[in-house]
Amino acid sequence: MPRLLEVENLKTQFETGAGIVKAVDGISYYVDEGETVAIVGESGCGKSVGAMSILRLIPDPPGKIVDGRIIFEGRNVLELPDSEIRKIRGGQISMVFQEPMTSLNPVLTIGLQLTETMMLHLGLSQDEADKRAVELLGMVGIGEPERRLKQYPHQFSGGMRQRVMIALALSCKPKLIIADEPTTALDVTIQAQILELMRNLTKDMGVALIIITHNLGVVARYAERVIVMYAGKIVEMGTAKQVYHDPHHPYTIGLLNSVPRMDLHRGRRLVPIEGQPPDLTRLDEGCSYRPRCRWAIDKCAASFPPLEAIDGSQIAACFRKDELEKDLKSAS
Amino acid sequence: MSEQVVVSERAPPLKKVGKGDTLLQVRNLRKYFPVTEGILFQKAVGHVKAVDDVTFEIKKGETLGLVGESGCGKTTTGRCILQLERPTAGEIVFEGVNLEKLDSKALSPLRQKVQVIFQDPYSSLNPRMKVGDILGEPMRVHGVYPDSAERNKRIAELLNYCGLPSKFADRYPHEMSGGQRQRVGIARALCLNPDFIICDEAVSALDVSIQAQVINLLEDLREEFDLTYLFIAHDLSVVHHLCNRVAVMYLGKLVELAESDELFDNPMHPYTRALLSAVPVPDPSKEAQRQHQVLKGEVPSPLNPPPGCVFHPRCTLAVDSCRKEIPPLRELRPGHWVACTEV
Ligand SMILES: Nc1ncnc2c1ncn2[C@@H]1O[C@H](COP(=O)(O)OP(=O)(O)OP(=O)(O)O)[C@@H](O)[C@H]1O
Ligand SMILES: Nc1ncnc2c1ncn2[C@@H]1O[C@H](COP(=O)(O)OP(=O)(O)OP(=O)(O)O)[C@@H](O)[C@H]1O
Ligand SMILES: [Mg+2]
Ligand SMILES: [Mg+2]
Repeated sequence: MPRLLEVENLKTQFETGAGIVKAVDGISYYVDEGETVAIVGESGCGKSVGAMSILRLIPDPPGKIVDGRIIFEGRNVLELPDSEIRKIRGGQISMVFQEPMTSLNPVLTIGLQLTETMMLHLGLSQDEADKRAVELLGMVGIGEPERRLKQYPHQFSGGMRQRVMIALALSCKPKLIIADEPTTALDVTIQAQILELMRNLTKDMGVALIIITHNLGVVARYAERVIVMYAGKIVEMGTAKQVYHDPHHPYTIGLLNSVPRMDLHRGRRLVPIEGQPPDLTRLDEGCSYRPRCRWAIDKCAASFPPLEAIDGSQIAACFRKDELEKDLKSAS
Repeated sequence: MSEQVVVSERAPPLKKVGKGDTLLQVRNLRKYFPVTEGILFQKAVGHVKAVDDVTFEIKKGETLGLVGESGCGKTTTGRCILQLERPTAGEIVFEGVNLEKLDSKALSPLRQKVQVIFQDPYSSLNPRMKVGDILGEPMRVHGVYPDSAERNKRIAELLNYCGLPSKFADRYPHEMSGGQRQRVGIARALCLNPDFIICDEAVSALDVSIQAQVINLLEDLREEFDLTYLFIAHDLSVVHHLCNRVAVMYLGKLVELAESDELFDNPMHPYTRALLSAVPVPDPSKEAQRQHQVLKGEVPSPLNPPPGCVFHPRCTLAVDSCRKEIPPLRELRPGHWVACTEV
């Protein structure tokens, strides 16, 4: 599949009273056309800031993209004039957020919000847009679309609103959808409905999907590739199978060992990652995971380990990545 | 000092409850909230049947999980047990004593034995109080460790039990991380030496790595202090991990109740089956092979619950009788109760 998006050495920082927050600190990754890539990591590790940077949606001040390139369909998004980036937002790239209430306008009907964007981005007439809005609501599983289009966001349940967001995200035939914790606020059965819907629609329409989540189960079920972030950096990346079955970064191993699992026997003791995530204003040049890492050695304090290939498409940023497996095997 | 003696005199005579004995019984519990309309002259236009005829018991030393989707009545059940909500009907029997029959004075010693840990430690901790006072205040009021030096020693001990350094007694809630605040919430639940703790989404707001720390802490404390938990959560993986038995609620009703292993290996109620199938497991190879049974539709409004079985509008097994008659809980295997006539 051809490359759709290439993020190179992206750095996004915030200036705060406590100092400069290095929210995203030199991340590089790619997304191919039509594929689903998940970004995982703990709260505050830079998942959302990294994704918002793609659309230049970082509030400035206090935020700033200080370095890097974001190549989307061959153009560097960071160098485009504002008029061009507005065409991309909601056009070729759309977003689905956790709380649809904040991204839907409460005083406009659902129908108006859908048709307005389509008329703007696709140049449809009112009639054409109305027709397509009905189609879209049907596609995302909302019954009686004609009646529903005349309603306001508060007349929809949380799950229904998220369906509307997906309809909105798909309305302008995007190449890429960025979904930031799209189902975190929803109940499990509704979460499954929405994720299933997103998967089917993106596959049918060949839309690429970046899904940001802290739920390792969601990643395992829906993503082809996974990016693991820690404290503003990518520490491991690979196919879901590589990363889950053969993790090569201590943090990835830590995450996988700390989740309670329905598929394993009960009474298994969880192995938590001790300590707390670091303060992003006080990162030194060493590996930011080392205070919590049981494999840390002196070398880890001197410099941040580079992301290096394990095999094929899997990469990890750990000086001891090749010793971990042996060590884990001998321990168990 | 004298107050402490008076309190213990008022306490009803309690049976000594040993491991495996019944600690708590919830019998035919109903809690209906009136729904009113109008601003000046409020008139009741209906009822939300938050909890509708729920019966279960908890044995000393066990952890019972209570799961189900948002709004199904989990918290309300917990609040009724805590006597924070007056049941519309039914009984809460703790250590053989029917709580409804007690006046507030007689209730006080029982209140000490039943504590709660909430989801959001931030809103449940007084922001203007230091951690030491958050823990010390209830001890002082209830006359547990009336001597202040001893009380401070106990506070330090509790903080250490919960994995916090004793100097945290001088901190305010906003000076701590979410995981640390949740530990304070747990320490507070422990400070009156309870027998029974209701954990209402106690680990839901925490990040995975911190969540694992707190889950392990809850397990250790259960051992150390012989605690019994009612563990309310919507995360089934956590419930599977922590609970001996699990009760599944749907729209105010108990639909299934079984030992954990039995429930997760052999779910019988169509709702439980759909719920379990909706939870993704963190293993891409297993996920690729799993059947994903996606439940259609949404949970109906509790203001207007469907007649008969409340689950029938979303159920693939529903037959005519399901639309008319409420299915009773039946014991289909030893200890495995299911409210469905079609399985
Ligand atoms: N407007 C802002 N001002 C200052 N700091 C900010 C701002 N927005 C984000 N940050 C900081 O940037 C870092 C990364 O935040 P981000 O929202 O990307 O985290 P996240 O990985 O999406 O976390 P979560 O899982 O909680 O959504 C955090 O430490 C956060 O505090
Ligand atoms: N004080 C109240 N007045 C009116 N209705 C209430 C009140 N408390 C709860 N309810 C309603 O009772 C039902 C059950 O609520 P409850 O909080 O017990 O659900 P829950 O299972 O804990 O949900 P969640 O998973 O979202 O916490 C809901 O429909 C809720 O809106
Ligand atoms: Mg985020
Ligand atoms: Mg609740």
